[in-house]
Amino acid sequence: MISFMMDGQPVEGKEGGNLLEVALDAGIEIPHLCYHESVKPYGACRLCLVEVFRNGRSRMTTACTYPVQNGIEVHTGTEKVLRARRMIMELILAMCPGDKKIQQMAQEMGIEEVRFKKEEKDCILCGLCARVCDEVVGAHAIQFASRGDRREVTPPFGEEAKNCIACGACVLVCPVDVIGMKEEGDERTIVRWKRTLKMKQCKVCGNYFAPWFQVEKFREKAGLPKDFFDVCYSCRG
Amino acid sequence: MGRLNSPEELERFRSEILSQRDVRQPLITVCGGTGCHASGCHQVVDAFRKVMEQHAQGNGVGLRVTGCHGFCERGPLVVIHPQKVFYQKVKPEDAAAIFEKTVLKGELLEHLLYDHPATGEKIGKEEEVPFYKKQMRIIFGNNGSIDPQRIEDYLAVGGYRALAKALFLMKPQEIINEVKKAKLRGRGGGGFPAGVKWEQCRNAPGEIKYVVCNADEGDPGAYMDRSLLEGNPHSVLEGMIIGAYAIGSHEGYVYVRNEYPLAVENIGIAIRQARDLGLLGRNILGSGFDFDVKVSRGGGAFVCGESTALMASIEGNVGEPRAKHIHTVISGLWERPTNLNNVETWANVPVIIDRGADWYTQIGTEESKGTKIFSLVGKVNNTGLVEVPMGITLREIVYDIGGGIPGGKKLKAVQTGGPSGGCIPESLMDLPVDFDRLTEVGSMMGSGGMIVMDESTCMVDVAKYFMNFLKDESCGKCTSCREGTKRMHELLTDITEGRGTLEHIDLLEELGWVTAEASLCALGGTAPNPVLSTIRYFRDEYKEHILNKRCPAKVCRALLKYRILSEVCTMCGRCAKACPSGAISGKVKTKKQEGIPFKIDQEKCIKCGMCFEACKFKAIEVE
Repeated sequence: MISFMMDGQPVEGKEGGNLLEVALDAGIEIPHLCYHESVKPYGACRLCLVEVFRNGRSRMTTACTYPVQNGIEVHTGTEKVLRARRMIMELILAMCPGDKKIQQMAQEMGIEEVRFKKEEKDCILCGLCARVCDEVVGAHAIQFASRGDRREVTPPFGEEAKNCIACGACVLVCPVDVIGMKEEGDERTIVRWKRTLKMKQCKVCGNYFAPWFQVEKFREKAGLPKDFFDVCYSCRG
Repeated sequence: MGRLNSPEELERFRSEILSQRDVRQPLITVCGGTGCHASGCHQVVDAFRKVMEQHAQGNGVGLRVTGCHGFCERGPLVVIHPQKVFYQKVKPEDAAAIFEKTVLKGELLEHLLYDHPATGEKIGKEEEVPFYKKQMRIIFGNNGSIDPQRIEDYLAVGGYRALAKALFLMKPQEIINEVKKAKLRGRGGGGFPAGVKWEQCRNAPGEIKYVVCNADEGDPGAYMDRSLLEGNPHSVLEGMIIGAYAIGSHEGYVYVRNEYPLAVENIGIAIRQARDLGLLGRNILGSGFDFDVKVSRGGGAFVCGESTALMASIEGNVGEPRAKHIHTVISGLWERPTNLNNVETWANVPVIIDRGADWYTQIGTEESKGTKIFSLVGKVNNTGLVEVPMGITLREIVYDIGGGIPGGKKLKAVQTGGPSGGCIPESLMDLPVDFDRLTEVGSMMGSGGMIVMDESTCMVDVAKYFMNFLKDESCGKCTSCREGTKRMHELLTDITEGRGTLEHIDLLEELGWVTAEASLCALGGTAPNPVLSTIRYFRDEYKEHILNKRCPAKVCRALLKYRILSEVCTMCGRCAKACPSGAISGKVKTKKQEGIPFKIDQEKCIKCGMCFEACKFKAIEVE
């Protein structure tokens, strides 16, 4: 284990871990949007800024991408850190003023008004959907495209996501819930990626429970027997 | 010529090349750099070929298309050897006269000589031209005398001598010590000591290590790395081989943007020629050291000049920077130790090894040694590439080398360091140019862009221009950089269009701070420089835009007011014809009818300036 100080308290983190997970484990609250424990840290939203003192020098950095190191001193709530976080939150709020989660986070950070022109975007470009699709699901159905303020997450060429297995992992991790999934009859649609797939029917209860592509992919990946997904999760007992 | 298997064979080959060359024999060199290319040097070369083919004495004269000479303003450039007669703005139809009069008879053609801007006196030789006089061309100087596609030309000027010395007379650590002693700092902008970086990479654990040459120069108006790679690719290659030997690397990459076709072509040719001669590849010069180089072509994203984004791009991924908490010298390209330097840094290496750190450190200031190549552009008489010793003042560069400001206008500021550099005001023109001084005043060395601005430049507009560039070129990953640059651009647009308030300035400063402090890479880290430095030095100009809705430089269209001076108006009606919005009314005066002076309806005026340009009588005033 690696030991260091965080907000005056001695803390420990495992080799290769990052500051944010240590802070969250220790019950220190740091706002974050693009971090999720199931994927690699990315450092896009910049909300989890902290100040790290090392070898007598201080620097502001994102806690999610900073590896734990012996002897460092981390401060999660300095004036500088709070000032930067507030501006970043305001920028996100100006971009997506309609997002409930963003509104709530901004309010908690004491942001009362937005000093910029409000846009009407919904996606905050944290990239969690694309990273879960790559790193966890392995479907590689969506990705970031374009640079600068034209950046977006999209299936190839903005068309239907042909590699999407409609598993819904992206819907689950999206912090602002803007991807959307609906099920009608034997079909599931991932709204944002324009992908509709037929679902498999449970041999016991007759319910449609998951898209064919998804169960096949998971069965192959986990090396499960052919008939494993004939029965749905609830009826498996 | 087959492979060279020892330093002795290299020297023998060099003597052979030199013995076939007679320096007294006439030689016509034509600059083939990008600037001269654009102004038609290839037609000039064709014209010379034709003249020489037809002339009885054509055989005895050499013709060489060289790399960039730097004085792009005056291209196409031709230098006649051995007298070193310097001709500028040469046209294909001048070829015959140059050949017959200057080459064969030694006579000067007055109309092609350069006029001294102050005295009007004709200048005959390249080194006497003021543009070149204060320069110190230790890196760039050979460009003008070699054909970049012929390795023999590079060998003739002492090429690969430093490599032989490094491989056979020096240990890797000695090379590193020499580079450290020379205090060579990264010319790509960071200014990190190259020798320290090399040592860290050498000491990093791992069998496989890479060296990379960053030729992803992307600043608007800057083209020094391009001209070096186009004009003297072997010098860059030689530097890389020496570096690889010192570091213990056997594989290297040159990352060059595909928009530089001639650079891609010339470095490719250089690599093949060096391989054929045994200067690259397996068992270099029989030393037992193996090293080879691949060319990786970039798609032209500005952010790929950032080392980690560049490495991601070579790997075939999206060019997006990543956190460098573990430095690239430990884990870079494909997570192996990687040493990246830019084109100019690599080109400095053979010079240091050949002439020694003691000689090299005589040039420059205490902490910045050697020379730096700048791309001198903007409102300056002599546009081009200049190589100057570190520590020279901005004033010397702008006035002595650059020849001052055209049209008798006043110098206002110099912007250094590319789009994310800062604007340095006239009052600081005596600042010695080196890495640390430029940073102190809120700008930076960057890769060496230098844009001169005169009184007709609006500093708010300049900041807006650079912010527009950066908001497009930010990779968009970090909220602070993507949204920060976008919002700064938005606020600057407000100010230039008359919607600004004093709070806009505070907000710009706050945004600038966050963008620099909270973003991951150097693009975001330096992006606010144009905004913050113009606010720091030209706050009054911002205030004038905001409080009085006036643009002092008369650049911001929305703030201008066009007015026709009725006492000057000749009632010709040209302005009304030119006006696209029908805002100008009056009656044309003819022999048959009395006219009515023209007037602009301010409500309808879209401030396009067409009337101003159409009026021949200076009857239109801009406020």
